[in-house]
Amino acid sequence: MEDPTVPSTIALRPDFAAIAEWIKPSAKVLDLGCGDGSLLRYLRDTRQVFGYGVEIDDANLLKCFANGINVIQYDLEAGLSSFESDSFDYVILSQTLQAMRNTEGIIQEMLRVGKQGIVSFPNFGYWRNRVQVIAGHMPMSKTLPYHWYDTPNIHLCTLGDFEALCHQSGARILERRVMNNNHPVKFLPNLMGLLAFYRFER
Amino acid sequence: MQDSKSVGVVTPQFVTIDKPLLLKSGLQLDNYHLVYETYGQLNAERSNAVLICHALSGNHHVAGVYADKDKSFGWWDNMVGPGKPIDTSRFFVIGVNNLGGCHGSTGPASIDARTGKHYGANFPIVTVEDWVETQAQLAEHLGIEQFAAVVGGSLGGMQALQWTLDYPEKVRHALVIAAAAKLSAQNIAFNDVARQAIMTDQEFYGGNYYAYNTLPRRGLRLARMLGHITYLSDDSMAAKFGRSLRNGEIAFGFDVEFEIESYLRYQGDKFAELFDANSYLLMTKALDYFNPADAYNGDLSAAFRVAKANYLVLSFTTDWRFSPERSREIVKALLDNKINVSYAEVTSSHGHDSFLMETQYYHQLVRAYMNNIAI
Repeated sequence: MEDPTVPSTIALRPDFAAIAEWIKPSAKVLDLGCGDGSLLRYLRDTRQVFGYGVEIDDANLLKCFANGINVIQYDLEAGLSSFESDSFDYVILSQTLQAMRNTEGIIQEMLRVGKQGIVSFPNFGYWRNRVQVIAGHMPMSKTLPYHWYDTPNIHLCTLGDFEALCHQSGARILERRVMNNNHPVKFLPNLMGLLAFYRFER
Repeated sequence: MQDSKSVGVVTPQFVTIDKPLLLKSGLQLDNYHLVYETYGQLNAERSNAVLICHALSGNHHVAGVYADKDKSFGWWDNMVGPGKPIDTSRFFVIGVNNLGGCHGSTGPASIDARTGKHYGANFPIVTVEDWVETQAQLAEHLGIEQFAAVVGGSLGGMQALQWTLDYPEKVRHALVIAAAAKLSAQNIAFNDVARQAIMTDQEFYGGNYYAYNTLPRRGLRLARMLGHITYLSDDSMAAKFGRSLRNGEIAFGFDVEFEIESYLRYQGDKFAELFDANSYLLMTKALDYFNPADAYNGDLSAAFRVAKANYLVLSFTTDWRFSPERSREIVKALLDNKINVSYAEVTSSHGHDSFLMETQYYHQLVRAYMNNIAI
């Protein structure tokens, strides 16, 4: 059995590197749904950020402790009332948006608490997903590894969908990055992109 | 049977502090004794010291066992020892009986040198701040300039918090478990019922019962029974006792019938023989008075502006005496000050007493946190 107190190896995940490139050194960062804390640890080690992770899952929390990052066990669905307005340089929501019930609410809270927001999510508009739907099934892939009946992902979206939500929420998109494995996608991103990254502000 | 990970046989030590102590109340103690125990070795850099602060009915005997007494394990023996979450093969751990206590440190049951009699009701009220000051004197005596960590649960957690406010440079980490930055009205109310039970006992004699060679047993017993109820959760009581009857059937009388009655009376009787009623009164007052935000118009974040330590704050889901909400108030004040803090709300059915239980996940969290403390 895996020892939960041993820090997980922080493989250089391309999505981490993509986010890190946007983070100014020594920034103050809030990582929502921080999982095992690898991203925050990576940002601390490579960008010298000061930050907190927010995580609800016990097993993940223990891994965060082992990773030596600050982590707060709160339920994101209840909002970010413990965090003052404008108190972080960046609020990150890395591959968590699609699992949130109150999607609009969390975007609003990110805009309130952070000077900038960074969101990453699996692009449901990716062509292989579309093919699976046309073939009559909910898509399953490396970025969407769950069955339709056991998935935590209740709010999947495409690039276009997310941009519409940003517009509606008053979030001004500063930068977008679309990736397919390690490669940036420039051509037909909503069709060819696997993972989407957005940086936005009020 | 002795736990292989226990620190083994331990011996209490004493120190007399001759430096006068000006108490928060304005009164002064010219000198006082403290009884303490230590586990593990202080390293050459003196950087691995951990202070354990005890709660209402605790004492300096945190871990290990006394040579002449069977089953005399310290109250946190499951947490402190070689290879345990607070690992004595790495840390030099200190347990101290608080001033005003009844396990060897100067308290109401001690003889006042000026009168040759028990202090009794004349023992001054002591506060969490006063305790921190006495513990700082002990640290000086032991040659410790900075603690790697100050750790405490409940009232002990309050002391850990106060340490980081009074001596920000002397504490690197504070582990604040099942604590609060102040008691709620409900909590103060429970404490006052406990005090009233003691003080209205006919054997109390205004706190000078020692002179009458008696103890306010009934009062202290009631106080403990009440306290005990509030330390458990409804669920844990239901699971442990339910409506079980001692003799299998209702007897239509007022003797012990339900198992819970039997249990509480037994706990109350045991406690009333071992604990000093005046110390109990003092400890509950220290709880009631604790409120670091008081000096800052109730602004807890302002109170923590001086803080420099790293914090671990833990609460337990079924703890209604020191609820997770109280811990979240501490966390909020720390977040407002951009202080390193981690917070976990541990699922447990044992209520406030959870902090004393050997729950795997809880212990894993403390272990993981302690492992990352550089020494």
